[in-house]
Amino acid sequence: MKLRLITLVCAMTGGAAFAAETGPKDVQFDDYGAIEQSLTGVAGDAANGALIVGEKSKGNCVACHELTALADIPFHGEVGPMLDGAGDRWSEAELRGLVANAKMTFEGTVMPAFYKDDGYIRPGDAYTGKAPSAPLTSILTAQEIEDVVAFLATLKEQ
Amino acid sequence: MNNKALAAVTAVLAFPALVAAGPDDDNLVINDELDMISVTEAPAHTENLDTIYSGWHFRTDETQALQIDDFDNPAMIFVDQAADLFETVDGAAEKSCASCHDGVESFEGLQASMPKVDAESGKLVVMEDLINKCRTDRMEADALKWSGADMQGLVALIGLQSRGIPMNVAIDGAAAPFWEQGKEMYYTRYGQLELSCANCHEENWGNMIRADHLSQGMINGFPTYRLKQAKLISRHNRFRGCIRDTRAETFAEGSDEFRALELYVASRGNGLSVETPAVRQ
Repeated sequence: MKLRLITLVCAMTGGAAFAAETGPKDVQFDDYGAIEQSLTGVAGDAANGALIVGEKSKGNCVACHELTALADIPFHGEVGPMLDGAGDRWSEAELRGLVANAKMTFEGTVMPAFYKDDGYIRPGDAYTGKAPSAPLTSILTAQEIEDVVAFLATLKEQ
Repeated sequence: MNNKALAAVTAVLAFPALVAAGPDDDNLVINDELDMISVTEAPAHTENLDTIYSGWHFRTDETQALQIDDFDNPAMIFVDQAADLFETVDGAAEKSCASCHDGVESFEGLQASMPKVDAESGKLVVMEDLINKCRTDRMEADALKWSGADMQGLVALIGLQSRGIPMNVAIDGAAAPFWEQGKEMYYTRYGQLELSCANCHEENWGNMIRADHLSQGMINGFPTYRLKQAKLISRHNRFRGCIRDTRAETFAEGSDEFRALELYVASRGNGLSVETPAVRQ
């Protein structure tokens, strides 16, 4: 009996740790598109965020945005605004909202939503051109969003 | 407008000035004698553009040079092969294209009006449909694969007979419902990246997206020789690639959806010279 209780407590603790991560469907945006609460409760890793921003198979943010901090990566795009100074212009909550789903801040923006897993028209199985064979996942994970936000917050003009 | 919105707008406006963006102002002349209309006023139905540009203006000088002389144009090998195929007997009826058509020159002007509605069937047809109908019905030969070298060589060969003639597809009458369908597709934000044709080719032409210089997505140069694929690329293959890159389930080459999109996109370029076989990156 005692052993069972301990097992149960362990399972609940594990469950609680899991539940701390906010799923794409449960994200709370405020009226201006910001997300106050961390998606994971774990501080973002700015260094990993920088990798995600530059990596083609991850965020590939540089495809559309230029930023001086990643000048060693070639071919920054010019579809979106420059990211230099993003940490001055936006609070952490605003950055989180912009990366998760910028359409909540700027209606109709070209920018894709990186933390959303439904509501698409003809979504595919990644870049195969085929219909998905499994439920869709968001383009970035909750922790990856937090990492990118942490990195963007470091982009200060001064 | 709050300060943050102002800052964002300022960043958008200021940034393009840092990089040489937009189309160049070179003149497209083929073989030193054929003046092409590669820049002109947008047709009235292309509501959100004032001026339309051939994709040629968005490519590097090196790529542009390959298109202005037929001896340098790598697509011409495939066009020459298609000219041989035009004369080649195939199928149970023991005919070639040339058995019925009095020289490929007789197709002058046809490409400028394609796609169009077939009066008999009421269906929207593209050049590939006309070629395969001749092959299966008159030659009693096998249909050609949509994006294969034989088919795209023939599409380019027939299109070449109209080179220099301004595109002028009909969008009214029987074509109207197909055109509306294509227009709706053009503005639909497909896939997990939620991108429409318009997001890149209407709102962001002239801008760089990673290493690619976004054009207006005109198709007057198709079939086009793409250097990275080293062959003639069909219009539907390019549509398919673009939609795939939005992380979407794409449509099939030769589908009615892509026929409708082809009509709509072709109509956005009404007034630009037929350019096939163009050369792109």
